[in-house]
Amino acid sequence: MSFLLVIVGPADEPLYQLEFGTSRSGGDGTARFREDARPMNQFILHSSLDIVDELIFKDAQMYMKTVDRFNNAHISAFVTAGNVRFLLLHDVKNDEAIKTFLNDLYELYLKTIMNPFHEHNAPITSSAFDGRVRALARKYL
Amino acid sequence: MTTRTKLAEDTWKRMDKINAELFILTYGSIVAQLCNEFEEYAEVNKQLDRMGYGIGTRLVEDFLARTNIGRCRDLRETADILSKVGFKIYLNITPAVTNWSADSRAFSLILDDNPLADFVELPEDGRAQDELWFSNVLCGVIRGALEMLQVQVEAQFVSDVLRGDPATELRVIFVKMIDEGQPINDE
Repeated sequence: MSFLLVIVGPADEPLYQLEFGTSRSGGDGTARFREDARPMNQFILHSSLDIVDELIFKDAQMYMKTVDRFNNAHISAFVTAGNVRFLLLHDVKNDEAIKTFLNDLYELYLKTIMNPFHEHNAPITSSAFDGRVRALARKYL
Repeated sequence: MTTRTKLAEDTWKRMDKINAELFILTYGSIVAQLCNEFEEYAEVNKQLDRMGYGIGTRLVEDFLARTNIGRCRDLRETADILSKVGFKIYLNITPAVTNWSADSRAFSLILDDNPLADFVELPEDGRAQDELWFSNVLCGVIRGALEMLQVQVEAQFVSDVLRGDPATELRVIFVKMIDEGQPINDE
């Protein structure tokens, strides 16, 4: 099972991106997307932003479950109060784990923006953040 | 010693409090702004020290008014009061006093829990990790406060958890007692 996580800022600019695979049942954590499908994944996520934007006003929850499907890829979304969107592309349904993952990711994100050295809405380049996201991915997905 | 702790606790209870996040974010934005304005982190450290000096010279009056503590007999007493009462009533932390030098003229304060540095990650530009002392304002505060009490010291950080060191350590070195009549250098 492979995942692509993108954090998108309020102006639709990507702030952080991570590809990873599952660490469960013998997986080694590397993504296994088909080579030809990999560039498509980013397009798929980008186009799902439109759907997310429509759903923002319908539902007051931060975590939206699966918002879109494309071939066999599901897109789950989580929207923060500042209109920052966490999009996760995955090929299996796993609502509970993804929900906890996105909620914990939200807490990591909050800590990052509280850092006085972090420029608002700038790409997140901290290696500490990257390490923690990977650890979170290993833990839940 | 427990009377000092009790005095500190009681004074702390009577102090007006400010929201911690507001305080931390304000200090953090001061440091971030200084880093934007100055090229060299050494210059940022100096500015933080100067700011702290201004704060310390004024804060010591507030401290004496609230606690009514008399003159300390030696540096050991000064260190004890500084950590148990001074830090306690203003920051609600009690750094440990350790690493006394052989001649008792220098000591270290170990800050287990530095409220100024919550949520902070130093910028990863290769230089901040080695050159910036994020909480350097504390050095200035200690230097300024003690100078108003006629005690001249040097205070500097030797390690900081923000840099990846195991502990945050502030070294205070006694220089001399100031004679009466020297003009105070209030920059």
